[in-house]
Amino acid sequence: MIRGVAAVFVGGLLRRRAASGLSVLAIALGVALGLAVQLINDAALAEFGRGLRTLAGEADLRLVGPASGFDDALFEAVALHPLVADASPVVDVSARAQGQEAAIPVLGLDVLRLPAVQPALIPRTDEDRASTAFAGFRQAGVFLSPVLATRLRLAADTPLVLKGSAGALELAVLGSVPGAGAESVAVMDIHAAQHAFGMTGRLSRIDLRLRPGATPDDAARALATLLPAGVVAVTPQASVAQARGLSRAYRVNLTMLAVIALVCGGFLVFSTQALSIARRRTEFAFLRAIGLGRRRLRAWLLGEGALLGIAGGALGCALGVGFAAAALDWIGGDLGAGYFSGIAPSLVVSPGAVAAFLALGVMAGLAGAWIPARRAGAIAPAAALKAGAGDPLSAAPGWPWLGPLCLLLALAACLPPPLAGIPVGGYAAVALLLVGGVLSLGRLSRVVSAWCPPVPVPLGLARARLQAAPGQVVVAAAGVLASSALAIAMAVMVASFRDSVDQWLTKVLPAELYVRAAERNQAGHLSVAVQRRLAAMPGVARVDFLRHDRVILDAGLAPVSLIARPVSEDGHELPLVGEQVAAADPVWVSEALVDLLGLAPGMPLQVPLAGRSHPFTVAGAWRDYARQGGALVMPLARYRELSGDALADDAAVHLAPGHDVGGFAAAIDETFPAADLEMASPGEIRRISLRIFDRSFAVTYLLEAAAVLIGLAGIAASFAAMAAARRREFGMLRHLGLGRRQIAAMIAAEGGLTAASGALGGVLVGGAIALVLVEVVNRQSFHWSMDYRVPWWSLSLFLVVLVALAACAAVLAGRLAMSGSAVRAVSEDW
Amino acid sequence: MRRICRLASLVAALIWVSAATAADFAAVTPDRHLHFPVDAGAHPAYRIEWWYVTGWLEDDQARSRGFQLTFFRLRTGIGEDRPGRFSPAQLLSAHAAVSDPAIGHLLHAERRARVSGRLAGASEGRMEAWIGDWRLAERSDGGIVARAAGERFAFDLHLQPGSPPMLNGDGGFSRKGPQPGHASYYYSLTGLVVRGSLRVDGRTQPVRGIAWLDHEWSSEYLPAGAVGWDWLGLNFDDGGALMAARMRRADGTALWRFGTLRTAGGEVRALGADALSFEPLRQWRSPRSGVRYPVSWRLGVEDLGLDLEPLMVDQELDGRSSTGAIYWEGAVRALRDGRPVGRGYLELTGYGEALRLGGDAPGR
Repeated sequence: MIRGVAAVFVGGLLRRRAASGLSVLAIALGVALGLAVQLINDAALAEFGRGLRTLAGEADLRLVGPASGFDDALFEAVALHPLVADASPVVDVSARAQGQEAAIPVLGLDVLRLPAVQPALIPRTDEDRASTAFAGFRQAGVFLSPVLATRLRLAADTPLVLKGSAGALELAVLGSVPGAGAESVAVMDIHAAQHAFGMTGRLSRIDLRLRPGATPDDAARALATLLPAGVVAVTPQASVAQARGLSRAYRVNLTMLAVIALVCGGFLVFSTQALSIARRRTEFAFLRAIGLGRRRLRAWLLGEGALLGIAGGALGCALGVGFAAAALDWIGGDLGAGYFSGIAPSLVVSPGAVAAFLALGVMAGLAGAWIPARRAGAIAPAAALKAGAGDPLSAAPGWPWLGPLCLLLALAACLPPPLAGIPVGGYAAVALLLVGGVLSLGRLSRVVSAWCPPVPVPLGLARARLQAAPGQVVVAAAGVLASSALAIAMAVMVASFRDSVDQWLTKVLPAELYVRAAERNQAGHLSVAVQRRLAAMPGVARVDFLRHDRVILDAGLAPVSLIARPVSEDGHELPLVGEQVAAADPVWVSEALVDLLGLAPGMPLQVPLAGRSHPFTVAGAWRDYARQGGALVMPLARYRELSGDALADDAAVHLAPGHDVGGFAAAIDETFPAADLEMASPGEIRRISLRIFDRSFAVTYLLEAAAVLIGLAGIAASFAAMAAARRREFGMLRHLGLGRRQIAAMIAAEGGLTAASGALGGVLVGGAIALVLVEVVNRQSFHWSMDYRVPWWSLSLFLVVLVALAACAAVLAGRLAMSGSAVRAVSEDW
Repeated sequence: MRRICRLASLVAALIWVSAATAADFAAVTPDRHLHFPVDAGAHPAYRIEWWYVTGWLEDDQARSRGFQLTFFRLRTGIGEDRPGRFSPAQLLSAHAAVSDPAIGHLLHAERRARVSGRLAGASEGRMEAWIGDWRLAERSDGGIVARAAGERFAFDLHLQPGSPPMLNGDGGFSRKGPQPGHASYYYSLTGLVVRGSLRVDGRTQPVRGIAWLDHEWSSEYLPAGAVGWDWLGLNFDDGGALMAARMRRADGTALWRFGTLRTAGGEVRALGADALSFEPLRQWRSPRSGVRYPVSWRLGVEDLGLDLEPLMVDQELDGRSSTGAIYWEGAVRALRDGRPVGRGYLELTGYGEALRLGGDAPGR
């Protein structure tokens, strides 16, 4: 018996090869994406943590200061503190190497202090070097970690040429840092690094090993009195937590996309299962009649769903691992988002994650099969054995107000604040919108078909059918709704984001030419003399100089970017958002800081500059897409006055009328041949920025395309199943004198109308989801706002194409039904 | 571990590097006279300098142990043009060890640091050298504090000189080889009366004893052709003292011999090559390194015959993992006709393969 029953069910799945295959694919896609995101993020975080452990070594506590460093006099006091066993001073800069795109992290260290604190960073002199005496102290020498040496591929006896604060710096490669593992890092003498990278008398960090019995908390408290403003004591673990926190929002968002894909897969399982059950009613009635219990039937049908889930999950896991490996190779551990730059994570497939996602796939299959299986179990064998009895799916849903209720709840879900940095309410709203949309679909399809004119005949028939049997329509349209809603939501969100970034770039890049000494946080600057000469060059109308630093506003917060630049009193040069107030000593904070520190215009803010804390007032908030950890802008003049730092990193050059950018750039190269300044036009910066933007969102475009394909395939599968179930009806219509063409037109109209109601629902739900993504999810995850923008043209085109494709898919699927002879079709069931 | 720190092999560099840097080191010349207490302080213009305390300690139960504390100062010639807290121009290294026959091998510890403020330094003008809380310094009352701690041991000792410094060589100008360029300024404080406390494996106890302090500075130390040296500092029970040393070639023969003898009456005289003979009596092979050391000697000083017997055979200091150097440095007893006549320290360097420093031939 079991073998026979198994043949019926498994055979059924195999017969519906296309539909089953699609369900499997949809589930696989969701599982693959989710698993890949998880694995990539795990790998990146693990590597980040490992790197940190390598670099921090045995350190129990680190004293961390701003990027510009702190007075190295602190070191003596800290090293002699009774709670401190060993201390290691660190100068941490990144420098551009000749012929290298990416900057190189350079650590200036005291080799004599490494064994106790950071043993992994102890450099090793190459055996074949002619003279190894004092190699670790050589001022023009450097040691490369194995990964960095491989990356740089320097020929033997070729020096490494780095960009220092005073021009090119030629460093002999003396050996390696064998303990640095996969870290990309160059190690040199701390004294040399201080002088080479503008850190004379300054340190970036002090790593501490505490005396036995002293806890990091005790030590942090005890040392606090020694620390100047802007220097904080943090445990190495805290840095990992910060990185995890920073990348968590990105990861959660991608995982949500995966879950949405899984839900689509579940829908697809639901629609194919529902329709296949409709088709197999007689089979089931027969099985019931010969003694198969209700529960057993339900179990078998759930088994079908589970089988699809297992197949999809297994395929998805394989794809996910492959995708993760490829992505780590090609894009990096943050999928191009920039959270983990400079590390090369390796993939470790954790069995737990694979099992969890496999289980998710199975659950999607089971969930999809749940309602159809219950419906099938409810079939009364005697009635169903007589053909032509009612469609089990046509029964109207029991709670007509459940759909609108879900939509209302979605609205409420947007209100609460994020939980642990994750916009849980926002995601709940997305889910509620999807469910509510699907539940309201019957209503919507009646409205849509009511708009349809009753003539000609095929259109009238289609209209009548959609009015009468919304159950089947809902099933077919639900897939379209879910997938188009996802696609539209993503499209609107990405369009809003891209548009806002574009406008933001225009606002923050007003000058004709940007001259910079080095990348942010890298060594190199424009000296006062260079600034003066630059401003005096012919053709210059005005030069705005910028100074970057990273300061620590709060020990629990990652360092925040400090931008000192000329700003007028009302801050109109900045991309301001929200309320602004006039303040005596103003700073403008980015939206991220508003959220992270709970700031508001008019509130006081203490900013550490040059080791002392200074009171400022928050004059307003500005939009910043570049620094997710937060940034603040202060007037350059005030910064210089308080910090005594007259250097600059960037210059924004406004040209006088009649001078062109190209000529001016050439003049700069001529005037400052040794300074090795980088120049960029706003157009160039914008092009690069948007390219990076598009790259990081590439994965969402892929997902949109996949979702649309799933939706279309869902229509095709549904109509293939429906058409097969309606062969008698078509035969009857042929008898009544309808031509093949007319029946095709009728099916096309049904397909188009179904897709249209699904797509209309998709537009409404997708638009609403996009609003939630823009206003709630992004704001709460990434702390930035954006302007809601609907790409009407591309969206309209997308909808028209979707409806047309759906009609074609329906016709193609229905071709089977129209191919047989009318007489046989009518007599088939007798 | 071997790979670690090879570059930072300070002591090895200190002893065997000859002309790695181009700095203008002060030369050791015979015409200079030593003045105290100024010359007890550091001489940073010279390439290398050390203060080297060795001695015997006895606890309440009359158990004998050896101890050693050395501060090396090294001028690298690097980064002298740019001052700064982390300038590597002057480096310090300190070694401390305790020989306890109950343990059977040396307990030792080391510290190294750049000269930097209160963290590490060697004062000019008076004897004072420190790295963290390790310290060797002359106090205003003329006593000397010697303090160091390792994982298993610690000592805090007070050394009281009983006689003026013993100037070695020609009034403190001590030649190390046939060429006059290889020389050092060298004096010893002998017969130092020791009292203080010693902790070994968690047990602290008061100790008394007798010690020796060498202070030596130079810019060209090891002569060409020498691979190491054998050195002895001995306090006689009658109040006299003997310093005897030889520079050794690779074949084991002496390249140069020198010494100083202070009689019980206080008369000091330099010993030439003719007045000194070294005859190894017994070899000991280190089970760890496989290096063979002549730990027992027959020493001829003028017409005097002395037998040297170690407090314990295993007093090897294997610093290959950190400093790159491996040597034997330990407490010895001097016997005359089988009768103990003095206690001191013997240093045997250059017997191991680790004389090489990253491919540099020693003494080049």
